[in-house]
Amino acid sequence: MNGERTALYDFTKGIIKENPVLVTLLGMCPTLAVTVLAVNGIGMGLATTFVLVCSNLVISVLKNVIPKAVRLPCFIVIIAGFVTFIDFMLKGYLPGLHSALGVFLQLITVNCIILGRAEAFASRNNVGRSLLDGLGMGIGFTLALFTMGSVREILGLGSWMGLKIPYLCDNPMTIFIMPAGGFFVLGCLIALVNKIAKRKPPKEISCENCPNAAGCSGQCKA
Amino acid sequence: MTYVLILVGCVFVNNVVLSQFMGICAFLGVSKQLKSSAGMGAAVIFVMICATAITYPLYKLLEHFEMTYLKTIAFILVIAMFVQLVEIIMKKKMHALYKALGVYLPLITTNCAVLGVTLGNINNDYTFLQSLTNALGTGLAFTLALLLFSGVRSRIEDNDFPQAFKGVPATLIAAAIVSVSFMGFAGMM
Repeated sequence: MNGERTALYDFTKGIIKENPVLVTLLGMCPTLAVTVLAVNGIGMGLATTFVLVCSNLVISVLKNVIPKAVRLPCFIVIIAGFVTFIDFMLKGYLPGLHSALGVFLQLITVNCIILGRAEAFASRNNVGRSLLDGLGMGIGFTLALFTMGSVREILGLGSWMGLKIPYLCDNPMTIFIMPAGGFFVLGCLIALVNKIAKRKPPKEISCENCPNAAGCSGQCKA
Repeated sequence: MTYVLILVGCVFVNNVVLSQFMGICAFLGVSKQLKSSAGMGAAVIFVMICATAITYPLYKLLEHFEMTYLKTIAFILVIAMFVQLVEIIMKKKMHALYKALGVYLPLITTNCAVLGVTLGNINNDYTFLQSLTNALGTGLAFTLALLLFSGVRSRIEDNDFPQAFKGVPATLIAAAIVSVSFMGFAGMM
C-alpha cells in the first residue's frame, strides 16, 4: 500500500474499496431516485460513467490552464457540456430510458461524485490515471445502482430486469418502489457493507468526502 | 387557486427531499442541528427564488434564439455565478445576514434541488408567477424536511444500534420512516 500507487489500484479502488455510493456516500440523489427498476440503475450508471470519464479526461488535460480561483465554475461548465451531450444521445436513441430517468439525467451536472473526482483526482493527476479513476468510479457507481435497483425491483414489483418471478409477482411489497423503500434499502445496503468490511462506521459525512468542502472549508460543521 | 395548489403540492405532497430525492447530500450533511438546518433552509429558499427569477427570463431569451439545448449549461452557470455574487455583496453590505447564511451559501451551488427547481419550472410549462411560487414552495419543503429531521436525528443519536447500522445507515432508515409519514399527504390532492 505504501509508496507509489499503481495504475491498477487507481482503477479498482472505485469499484469496491472506495465505492462512491456505499463507502464514501456521494451521489445519493440519483441513487435513491432512479433505482425503481434494475435497468434504470444500469442506464443512469452508464450515463454518469460516460460524463465522469469525459470530464475527468478534459479537466486533467486543462488542469494547468484553469485558474485556481475560478476552477469550480470551470469544472461545472465542462461537466454540463457532457451532460447535455448524453441527454441528447439518450433522447434520440433510447427515448424510453430518457423519460424514465427524467430530470435526473440533467441533474448529473450537480452529481457530487463527478465534481468530487474532478476536484480530488483529475485536477491533480495525469491524463491516463484520471481516465482509469473515472472509469473505476463509474463502474462502482453503476454496480451500486444496479444492486439497489435489483433489490427494489425484486421486492417491490416481483420481477427482475423485466422478467416476472413466480410467487413474488403475485404479492409484491409495493412500499419498496416508493420513496420510503429507497431510503430503507440504501440504509440496509450501507449497513451490510459496513458489516462485511468490519469498518468502523464514519460518525457523519466528513469534510474529506464532501464535494462542497472547497467552498466552506470545514465551517459548515461549526 | 393554482398558486395554493402548487404551494401545498410542493411542501407536502411531493416533498422535494422526501419524495423527489433532491438535495439529499445537504439533507444528510447539515441536518444534525436545528440551528444549521434553519440556516441552510433560509439560504436555499433565498437562492431558489432568485435563481428562478433569473433563469426564467433567460430561458425565454434562449427560446427566442432557438438555443434551448443550452439550458442546463446556462442555468448552472447562472446559479454558480449568482451564489458567488450574493456571497460577495452580503459580505460587504449586509454583515448580519452574511453571518447567518454565509457559511451555507457556497454549498448551494451543488445542491441539486436548486437546478432541479429551475429545470422543473421549464419542464412543467409554468408561467413566471407559478415558477416563483414553485420555487418558494420547494424551498419551504426543503426547510421543513431539514427542520423535522434534525429533531429526529437528535433522538436517534444516543440510541443503541447494531454496530454496522451506526451513523449514516440509521439516519437513512429514519428518513424512510419520515418519508412514510409524508405519504399520508398523497390523498390531499
